[in-house]
Amino acid sequence: MSEMQTAMKSKEPLFSKKNKKLITDPLSDNNPITIQVLGICSALAITVQTQQAIIMFVSVLFVMVMGNLTISVMRSLIPSRIRIIVQLVVVASLVIIVDQTLKAFQPDIAEKLSVFVGLIITNCIIMGRFEAFAMANKPWPSIMDAVGNAVGYGWILIAVSLVREVFGSGAISIPGAGQMKFIPEAWLMTGEGGFYLHNNMMILPPMALVVVGVIIWVQRMRNKALIEDH
Amino acid sequence: MDTLSIIVKAIFSENMIFAYFLGMCSYLAVSKTVKTAAGLGMAVIFVLVVTVPINYLLENFVLKQGALVWLGDEFAGYDLSFLSFIMFIAVIASIVQLVEMIVEKFAPALYGALGIFLPLIAVNCSILGGALFMQERQYSTIGEATAFAFGSGIGWFLAIVAIAAIREKIRYSNVPAPLRGLGITFIITGLMGIAFMAFMGIEF
Repeated sequence: MSEMQTAMKSKEPLFSKKNKKLITDPLSDNNPITIQVLGICSALAITVQTQQAIIMFVSVLFVMVMGNLTISVMRSLIPSRIRIIVQLVVVASLVIIVDQTLKAFQPDIAEKLSVFVGLIITNCIIMGRFEAFAMANKPWPSIMDAVGNAVGYGWILIAVSLVREVFGSGAISIPGAGQMKFIPEAWLMTGEGGFYLHNNMMILPPMALVVVGVIIWVQRMRNKALIEDH
Repeated sequence: MDTLSIIVKAIFSENMIFAYFLGMCSYLAVSKTVKTAAGLGMAVIFVLVVTVPINYLLENFVLKQGALVWLGDEFAGYDLSFLSFIMFIAVIASIVQLVEMIVEKFAPALYGALGIFLPLIAVNCSILGGALFMQERQYSTIGEATAFAFGSGIGWFLAIVAIAAIREKIRYSNVPAPLRGLGITFIITGLMGIAFMAFMGIEF
């Protein structure tokens, strides 16, 4: 990666063009989910409701920024033979902080996310950014890179969960406020009339894959350079 | 719950890939040919069957509330479950390393087949996922936990071999250009997931 070397020059303003690119690139053309194919596991499993997606995004953002910063600060101290284990320990400790915080302040959502908070540890985006970026770059560009990738991950998560929740349960949910249904009760198809039916398919896990597939399709239609051979 | 029912449930109705999307990263990256997919699938079964029982022992004799009681009565109140993530991942990373060395020494043929995949597996979500589901579902014996690990591994193996076979064939079809590669793989996995939902509700 060429931006890696250029970002290492020291006398740069904090939000120089290079640093901004670190944030904006992962949002579309180098998106962790749709292009680099990292961090798919959690992206798909917790997108039934928007509130879970938002909580997951905030957790990943926290773990990535702190982790990238820690690894970047320690990068010259980590022996390369055991770097994977060091990285895993750093992520695992950060995830424990997130897990305990969620259990204390958002117990309902923590229960719904169940094992997926723990699985942030093996979220490939985080390990991937540690390996590809933080191990070779200064702390500040590493933070930028972490923010960019976490937001690139988060917007796909939130987009997928919006589609699934709006069509699947006719509602939108925000952490703290709970689920708000916007389809009037009278519209719903029941024994005595009504015309509207929720698309229950959307709540089933496989539909997350199809929604992400469609996002990938649209993205590659807009940017032909991303099209793969096979 | 008897052992057979746990295995069947883990393979079909609670399939790691189609119901929980665990291990999707390697599932998507290493499913271009059936041969490599089968190699990775075998490695996942192997590592799951080794690590889940070890983590089960760790959970029940060290981490769970009151698990330390075998040290003496004054330890009965300790609850170390907040340490479980770091312990599980440490066990997995070191077992993978150990297994790699043992296999290299004593079974070079197997090492040739699994070798390059073993290090990848330490960060495969399905392995940590197996340990965390084992913790959440609280299997009553180590046999049940092992059965669950075996079933999950087989389910993962089936899923990756199936998608690799489909991807080998789909090369000859006229897929819309922007959907080629990743896009169509996602949608096919979705359709396979819907098909696998037919197994839901099967109980022995």
